[in-house]
Amino acid sequence: MADAANAPEPTGSSRIFRFIRRLLSPLLIPFFAVFTALVIGAIIIQVTGKDWVAAYVGLWQGSFGTPGAIIDTIVRSTPFIIAGLAVGLGFKAGLFNIGAEGQLYAGATFAVFVGYSIQGIPAIIHIPLVIIAGALGGFLWGAIPGFLKARTGAHEVINTIMLNYIAIRLTEWLIKSKTPYLMGDPKDASGARTRFIAESARLPAIPGTDLHVGILMAGALTLLVYWLLYRTTIGFELRTVGANPSAARYAGMNVPRTIVLAMALSGMLAGLAGAGEVLGVEHALKADFFAGLGFDAIAVALLARSNPIAMIASGLLWGGLLTGARLMQVRAELSIDLIKIVQALIIMFIAADQIVRWIYRIRARKPSEETIFSRGWGS
Amino acid sequence: MAETNNDQARMIVLEARGITKHFPGVIANDNVSLMLRKGEILALLGENGAGKSTLMNILYGLYHQDAGEILVNGQPARIESPHEAIDLGIGMVHQHFQLIPVMTVAENVMLGAEALRGGMFLDREKAIGQIRTISRQYGLDVDPGALIADLPVGAQQRVEIIKALYRNADTLILDEPTAVLTPQESDDLFRVMRTLTDQGKSIIFITHKLREVLTVADRIVVLRDGKVVGETTPAQADEQRLAAMMVGRDVLLHVDKALARPTSIVLDVQNLQVLDDRQHKAVAGVDFQVRAGEILGIAGVQGNGQTELVAALTGLRKPVDGSIRMLGHNITGASPREISELGVAHIPEDRQREGLVTSYPLTDNSVLEMYYQEPFAHGVFSDERAIQEHAQKLVKEFDVRTPSVHIPVSSLSGGNQQKLIVAREFTRPIKLLIASQPTRGIDVGSIEFIHQQIVRKRDEGAAVLVVSAELDEIMSLSDRIAVLYRGRIIATLHAGEVTRKDLGLLMAGGTPAESPAP
Repeated sequence: MADAANAPEPTGSSRIFRFIRRLLSPLLIPFFAVFTALVIGAIIIQVTGKDWVAAYVGLWQGSFGTPGAIIDTIVRSTPFIIAGLAVGLGFKAGLFNIGAEGQLYAGATFAVFVGYSIQGIPAIIHIPLVIIAGALGGFLWGAIPGFLKARTGAHEVINTIMLNYIAIRLTEWLIKSKTPYLMGDPKDASGARTRFIAESARLPAIPGTDLHVGILMAGALTLLVYWLLYRTTIGFELRTVGANPSAARYAGMNVPRTIVLAMALSGMLAGLAGAGEVLGVEHALKADFFAGLGFDAIAVALLARSNPIAMIASGLLWGGLLTGARLMQVRAELSIDLIKIVQALIIMFIAADQIVRWIYRIRARKPSEETIFSRGWGS
Repeated sequence: MAETNNDQARMIVLEARGITKHFPGVIANDNVSLMLRKGEILALLGENGAGKSTLMNILYGLYHQDAGEILVNGQPARIESPHEAIDLGIGMVHQHFQLIPVMTVAENVMLGAEALRGGMFLDREKAIGQIRTISRQYGLDVDPGALIADLPVGAQQRVEIIKALYRNADTLILDEPTAVLTPQESDDLFRVMRTLTDQGKSIIFITHKLREVLTVADRIVVLRDGKVVGETTPAQADEQRLAAMMVGRDVLLHVDKALARPTSIVLDVQNLQVLDDRQHKAVAGVDFQVRAGEILGIAGVQGNGQTELVAALTGLRKPVDGSIRMLGHNITGASPREISELGVAHIPEDRQREGLVTSYPLTDNSVLEMYYQEPFAHGVFSDERAIQEHAQKLVKEFDVRTPSVHIPVSSLSGGNQQKLIVAREFTRPIKLLIASQPTRGIDVGSIEFIHQQIVRKRDEGAAVLVVSAELDEIMSLSDRIAVLYRGRIIATLHAGEVTRKDLGLLMAGGTPAESPAP
């Protein structure tokens, strides 16, 4: 208290310095977490008898080193950014949405269905329709655990995990059922995907590349989520319920309704991430298509500290590491799984930020910089 | 410092020399020295944030000083942990008891220092025997076999003291021990403290209550802003002088107010019954009215239904029976927002849990209930500028000390946090003010200010309900006093007609010799 109250008015230059420090200080921990993870990764590479310099040069060139690599990274990162926004929005409302994976499938399934079942309408109508369908699928799948929490107090961690299983298996059945065919493609002998969506439902891409307009959607959603959280009364309610539910009740907010809304919006964003992938890249849904993308989204959100704007950098880093890993594998004759170790280390250092603070002597952060991720069981 | 030869002859059991402790941006203790003699009660007096707790936590091994040294029985000691403090004979009774409710007294006492039989089996009998001995020796009456959950607060505190004595403590640190006690329980505690010192124990007694200091202490050390600002004895001091030492200027200890001129009934409560979290009837049928232009004080020791009563009145808890009417509207079971929009302001008893979002800046906190109303929002769009202007206005009018309205309220002192809540609630167009423990844990200067504001609100024609466990606050603010005991109002009195002693007895559930009619 005394530090804030008695601090002398800063002079001009120190004021600028303070401003820069305030802007940069939230970035310190993520930056050093990534750096430390890469150092440990290098040590692991060296210990296994490979060349860490070659590995990291490959990693860089394969992710950001050439225009082609950059395009690959952007395409790869798009779903991470959007699904990261989903998980981050949940964190802001004090909810731990582990269900992004299931919501991705729900959104993708809805979008694909509308994509192939409606034929012969112009793209200008069809594309908004499939995107809305994807949003709706995720919205509904997210609203279920929100409703259960608000009405019965059932913890969202448990219910979102269970709903993941349900969504994944349900999608698998919809795709693989052959008697009768439900969403599966009778023309596809392997039976591992849905029918292809109509041309009119596919997201436009730069000809000759995979770069589709999904990244623009990710950018727009980032701004939209930021605006919602910080410039509207709805966002104020979400954040207040997340930061202090007792104060939210005292302030007359409808806490149960806000919880349902937060989970539904979080699910909607994840649904959009899923829809974007099938509409922009594969044009059909495969049974094991997302393979953990919804869980990686938790990592992306943690790395960005749930800040919507930081989600772009966080998502690009995540996508970049995965994209660059292929060239790293070739250059240094390493297992591609090494990158998973580096990613795991990054998240460990973010979660256990005391270690990073101790190594680099970073001062404890002020309460304003703290993000409430989630509270304990049932509270 | 007045020291007689007799004092100097007594052994110094604990001494702090030049203790300095920094926290980022704050000096919590600045070259603090004090000594405790064998068999004396040393009162450590100071406002919240003066550095009392920091000093005690250093003595108890929870923090380490940046500079200075601690001597125990004349020997320099480096106390690294509470374990080492206990080994050196220092025991501490925390303000919030460290007891496990589902376990018995004996189990709690032996926890961490278990009496064993055959190296691995608990020897409850031995522990119970030792507890009985301690009880008898120091007049600490408690049943070793009782469950903690079944004991009243005063008895739980005795268990805490027994815990320290069981570990052979010679020096006891009591941190705000009377905060949770009735006046009678406090008197019992003071008797126990005397018995302890008569038998050679030494006590450091931390408090901010001036009256208690004058009653029980042998010596008084006053801390302000981390420094020792004076040392005195009860014989040389009075309340006015002690308050001035604590705050650094003269303070009004009593509220100046004109006679109330009550008019029409604003709040009418009939047969209200409310359950607590354990589904027990915390409010068991209360009736009262509050009129415009008067202050009704609800007196009572914490835990007699005040929290649930206020929660029901403000819509945070649904009553199971009875009715609440406000200016003709039935607000029984209405939502907090409906009640607030009718013109009810609420200063909650726990400002950090309910009244504020401490991670938010002053701006957002200044519109915590009004954020959706014009001019702070247009539809769903928040108006940052209007919110900022409002926050700046509150800070200016209510003298909230802060360098900016954009810093989180967690960096304000408790008094300034409370002033912000008062500012927010008082600048709304209100007809009823419900103030729950409005000055708990804040500095004397802020208490003075908030009391004046409450009286001003009354004089402007608002009905005011003040709920407080502080006898002095109830007596100096209220026009009428209702005493809440075990969920019922057992007496309603005119403030001018009641003595401290009577009120203390009523709060403990007794009847004063002559109960004045309301």
